[in-house]
Amino acid sequence: MEAIQGMEVFAIGVVIILFMAVLKQFGILEPMSSFEDSSDSDLELSTVRHQPEGLDQLQAQTKFTRKELQSLYRGFKNECPSGLVDEETFKTIYSQFFPQGDATTYAHFLFNAFDIDRNGSIRFEDFVIGLSVLLRGSVTEKLNWAFNLYDINKDGYITKEEMLAIMKSIYDMMGRYTYPCVRDDAPSEHVDKFFQKMDKNRDGVVTIEEFIETCQKDENIMNSMQLFENVI
Amino acid sequence: MAAGVAAWLPFARAAAIGWMPVANLPMPVAPTDKNKRQDELIILNVSGRRFQTWRNTLDRYPDTLLGSSEKEFFYNEETKEYFFDRDPDVFRSVLNFYRTGKLHYPRYECISSYDEELAFFGIVPEIIGDCCYEEYKDRKRENAERLMDDQEDNKDAKLPNMTFRETMWRAFENPHTSTMALVFYYVTGFFIAVSVITNVVETVPCGSAPNQKEVPCGERYTVAFFCMDTACVMIFTVEYLMRLFAAPSRYRFMRSVMSIIDVVAILPYYIGLVMTDNEDVSGAFVTLRVFRVFRIFKFSRHSQGLRILGYTLKSCASELGFLLFSLTMAIIIFATVMFYAEKGSSSSKFTSIPASFWYTIVTMTTLGYGDMVPKTIAGKIFGSICSLSGVLVIALPVPVIVSNFSRIYHQNQRADKRRAQKVQKARLARIRISKTGSSNAFLHSKRNGLFNEALELTQLPYKMNLSDQSSTEEEQRLSKSTSLLESQHHHLLHCLEKTTNHEFVDEQYYQQSYLEAGLQNYPSRSPSLSSQDGVTGTCCTRRSKKHHTPLPNASAPAHMQPLTHTHTHTHQQGLQELSTIHIQPLSTSRSSLNMRIDEPAPLNCQSSQITTAIISIPTPPVTTPEGDAHLPAGPTHQNVVKVSAL
Repeated sequence: MEAIQGMEVFAIGVVIILFMAVLKQFGILEPMSSFEDSSDSDLELSTVRHQPEGLDQLQAQTKFTRKELQSLYRGFKNECPSGLVDEETFKTIYSQFFPQGDATTYAHFLFNAFDIDRNGSIRFEDFVIGLSVLLRGSVTEKLNWAFNLYDINKDGYITKEEMLAIMKSIYDMMGRYTYPCVRDDAPSEHVDKFFQKMDKNRDGVVTIEEFIETCQKDENIMNSMQLFENVI
Repeated sequence: MAAGVAAWLPFARAAAIGWMPVANLPMPVAPTDKNKRQDELIILNVSGRRFQTWRNTLDRYPDTLLGSSEKEFFYNEETKEYFFDRDPDVFRSVLNFYRTGKLHYPRYECISSYDEELAFFGIVPEIIGDCCYEEYKDRKRENAERLMDDQEDNKDAKLPNMTFRETMWRAFENPHTSTMALVFYYVTGFFIAVSVITNVVETVPCGSAPNQKEVPCGERYTVAFFCMDTACVMIFTVEYLMRLFAAPSRYRFMRSVMSIIDVVAILPYYIGLVMTDNEDVSGAFVTLRVFRVFRIFKFSRHSQGLRILGYTLKSCASELGFLLFSLTMAIIIFATVMFYAEKGSSSSKFTSIPASFWYTIVTMTTLGYGDMVPKTIAGKIFGSICSLSGVLVIALPVPVIVSNFSRIYHQNQRADKRRAQKVQKARLARIRISKTGSSNAFLHSKRNGLFNEALELTQLPYKMNLSDQSSTEEEQRLSKSTSLLESQHHHLLHCLEKTTNHEFVDEQYYQQSYLEAGLQNYPSRSPSLSSQDGVTGTCCTRRSKKHHTPLPNASAPAHMQPLTHTHTHTHQQGLQELSTIHIQPLSTSRSSLNMRIDEPAPLNCQSSQITTAIISIPTPPVTTPEGDAHLPAGPTHQNVVKVSAL
């Protein structure tokens, strides 16, 4: 008799569970746990939109003509409709120009160089001011910009570690399939050569004065600075 | 390179200033924009509807009609607009492609009209975006099938010069082709029916003598049935032998399902002939007669529906398997539960769990014979749960099977899976190719673009016909083929190369040089050519993959350009022009390289990359005419060979 009793209780228990399952299905019996994972968290995609300053102000701040600014903005807005470039988008865009390698690290450094106020996104103003320096600035301004790029922590000195990081990121952009093959010590060799050339007082860091001075004496570098004059 | 980021190219080039202080080598000259004009709006009048866009937008894709100078043919001087006499609705998608870089396929559009418009505007359908590509391919496939069906209806005209064997085979496969075939078809059908009926009637009890028990007809009229059986088997044997004779591939025919059914259908008779006298085996012989029922399957040759049913079951194997599996699970669970529930009650039929299986199956399939019923309350509760769940479990996969059947019946997509796999592979290859496409374009134009850099490069003499003076013409010819955008992009990549003092090569070359690190002769190469990523194996056609002996021209396929090639021991400098779209998954080239690692000079003879229509077309290569005579001269002569893709 005991066994039968046990089985009957079990059977009745199963019936009750099934009943509750059916009720839950109909939404009549709501257990507690179904409110946590509502889809409100999907709205974290910010709807922040940024409008740039007026055309006149930008014209005053940069050396571009009105038409050039218009054309630049059209391209900018096409790729970033919200008016702000975050780092991920920036990396994606920049990587498209270097299909064979990995341009994300260098893009990260570039992003920091453009994002002057360090708020994590590039507005059109930052973009256009940076471009103005690069394309229409004097050689000293360009060299300043380059120094700023290399100086990762913006303390006014380029250390070997910073330069090594930059160099590695540049070599990363080449990718794997190069001729000759990129050896593992190629970046550090290149950094050593750079420091030999730039670091006049051999104190292990390159200051802005050393940098500008050395570059101004180097024929190749001065020529290459003029290379991209007619980009826009 | 996507159109959207083309607008960012000036930024990327400007950012290259960051590399300049680091570089030790001089930078290449930037391409100049000779006729730089301010961006202007152009009007495109398509059958009366006016579209306007910036000129730069259209220039993003110079290989299409709107992006090249071809649109000048459509320029209307009076109204100062470009007039196209085409469908304005489809043109909307075309123009959006220029604007956004993604080509969309609108669902309401007819596939053939869309294809025509794309062909007119010079856009390759393969660049349809992923969002619309599936739809496009499906529609295209349906269209192709429709065309094929239409064609097949006209295919029954008798082709001349068919051998007797081929005629017979066609007669067997399509009975409608001739009267003889039709007659044969009906005769065999009749005899199949007769044979099956005979087998059935054999077992019916005929009238018997009053004092004897009833005997089946088969034992009463033994001779008659035997004659009938013999006649049918004769016909079937003859038919089988005739099919075997007529089959184009006998081995394949013998392995096909229908022929196995034929064999199984007639074998019992012959075995019976051989074994009638042996008493021990006659029991087994009786069992063999069961196989005679397989003759009914021969009807499937006569009925399209039966064949499709068979194919449906085969293609729904996974659903059927799922059904079987879930049923088994449920049977075991419920049988166990019922057994334990009914254990207590007296005179219970549920004597063991396997005995309960029968009850569970009968209940789940809602048969309910009633030979086993639960008596306890628990048993009844579980029994009802069992029957309810049985309905659900069996009902679930059935609609899938049904829909499969109807789909196959209506569309006859026997090759659906095969084609789907190809499409999938092609899509993956497409995505990979669009990534490598732009790097290939750079590598291509590097080879071509060296003429433009003849000014600054190299002190070593290189054996090129063109010198600085004559380069202007070449330059113009060449620069026509690459757009300004592309040349700027390539200049950017070139600057990077100079900064790091390494060069981009493509994967094949890299693999090769990695594998044969010791075997190469670097110094002998002229730097202009040596800076190439010599894609190798140009002389090796697909046929001669494994051989790396020098091949004479004659052995090359007919469509190879008539230029010679030297085939040095190590590897070949080559220019591979891919004029057809040929997709080769990267993995195979790599694995084949691994396979050939033991060969002294493995050559990757497979064409591995493709260039889509967006990429610029390489121009005629540099050839050194003296290459012909110096075939065995070894590494000092490096010839550039142009080979069109196979």
